Amino acid sequence: MSNIEKFPSDRKAKPMPASLPVTDTPTEVEAEPAIAVEDLCKKYGSHWAVDEVNFIVPKGWTVGLLGGNGAGKTTTIAMIMGLVIPTVGSAKVLGCDMAQERHKVLSRMNFESPYVALPARLTVRENLMVFGRLYGVSNVKARIEELTEDFELGDILDRATGRLSAGQKTRVSVAKALINDPEVLLLDEPTASLDPDRAEWVRSRLRAFQQRRGATILLSSHNMPEVEALCDFVVIMSKGRVVAMGRPKELVERFKCEDLDEVFIYLARVA
Amino acid sequence: MRDSLNRMAAMTARYYYLLRSSWLRLLELIYWPAMQMLVWGFLYTYLYDSKSSMTSTAGMLLGAVLLWDVLFRGQLGFSFTFLEEIWSRNLANLMMSPLKPAELAASLMLMSLIRLLIGTIPVTILTWLLFGFNIYALGFGLFAFLVNLVLTSWAIGLVVSGMVIRQGLGAESLAYSVMILLLPLCCVYYPVWALPAWLQPVAWSLTPTYVFEGMRAMLLDGVFRADLMVECLALNAVYLGLGFTTFILLLSSARHRGGLLTMGE
Repeated sequence: MSNIEKFPSDRKAKPMPASLPVTDTPTEVEAEPAIAVEDLCKKYGSHWAVDEVNFIVPKGWTVGLLGGNGAGKTTTIAMIMGLVIPTVGSAKVLGCDMAQERHKVLSRMNFESPYVALPARLTVRENLMVFGRLYGVSNVKARIEELTEDFELGDILDRATGRLSAGQKTRVSVAKALINDPEVLLLDEPTASLDPDRAEWVRSRLRAFQQRRGATILLSSHNMPEVEALCDFVVIMSKGRVVAMGRPKELVERFKCEDLDEVFIYLARVA
Repeated sequence: MRDSLNRMAAMTARYYYLLRSSWLRLLELIYWPAMQMLVWGFLYTYLYDSKSSMTSTAGMLLGAVLLWDVLFRGQLGFSFTFLEEIWSRNLANLMMSPLKPAELAASLMLMSLIRLLIGTIPVTILTWLLFGFNIYALGFGLFAFLVNLVLTSWAIGLVVSGMVIRQGLGAESLAYSVMILLLPLCCVYYPVWALPAWLQPVAWSLTPTYVFEGMRAMLLDGVFRADLMVECLALNAVYLGLGFTTFILLLSSARHRGGLLTMGE
């Protein structure tokens, strides 16, 4: 993308503080990135929820999308999924504009979000069976067995999903998100409801999946250690705009902070 | 095509699992029509036994109740099956899957039919056994009536579901209330000529009117009005097309407005 680092300013109400570099971007970019977000804007009434956001996610990368509440992360992810149509700009996944031609790529991607639940009355097995068939998985039963082993679902496979603990539900939701072995995976706070031990366990499963599949992951999180552990690159948003991008270590060095947590807090206050 | 059928089969399985998960849900499908039929069945018996001038209309009344229930339950079955996705916060999962809107609509239609059959068949048999009113004696006419009413119920269900997608759960009550608007206009219990002249064209623009007029012709005069059924079918094709177009437009509008991801929260 030619204008990945461009932030057009003709419509801007709030110019970027000069001290906030926004120019880093992945350098090992292939011809077609897995996700390409270009001049993405979403306006609700008079409020710009997302304001000229640009970034790309090269194939095989894990990128963290960070920001406080109301930063525009969920709206950005919803536009990348094609659930929300941008006011201006575009979000492309595997080369397809998600506002216009999302059905060409939906079978190659998947997502997990705390805003969404699996039908509570269906058992875990039934839910995985339904979504496996929806995604056109060729041998659904075998895939469910693999996921059962990977995510230790054996004990809960025939229990109603609604009766599971929050942590168990998260494991099932992540298993559902991997049912079609997606090339592109969108995760919104994937470990938010897990204890630290279980969260690390899920992260290890995601890392294993990413390495085996070479998948692209876009991850939204408030958990900075998680982001540092999983992500090759980070995009930080505030008030609907990207305020910094870079590799986690680079950002820590650039802002002269101890860790990504401090970077996050600093940017949330100054941006 | 095969992928499409697989996805519709997956959705049908999803709704089958849901029905299977609770015998109360299954019972509820039969409970309301059965209770309603008991009330009207006793009224039918009373009118029939009283040998009053109302005797000839008693059977018509019961037939009208049964057919109205097909329309009402058909629409409820469609809309409630869709609402299940909102209540369970599953809509975004479906919208993010390769399932296309037309496939979702087809699955809802199939499920509406299954729910309707589960609710209606036992009730019609009950009516026959308890009150001696055999609606199956209408033969092919009954089939034509049912097809037309079910098509209408799907067209309305598509619009109601589209409104829920667009407006959120605030539009949920439409699933119950929209049919009541039709009740006085589509002449369920009285002929079209009973309406004021200015309202009669409105009645003839509604597909159920043709069915209830056809039913009266059959029960009173023993005549199957094929002309009415063909007109009704043509009108239903238009309404179904309009219903699906409205559903797609409202879905598109919801994608512009945002909120699909958090729907049901």
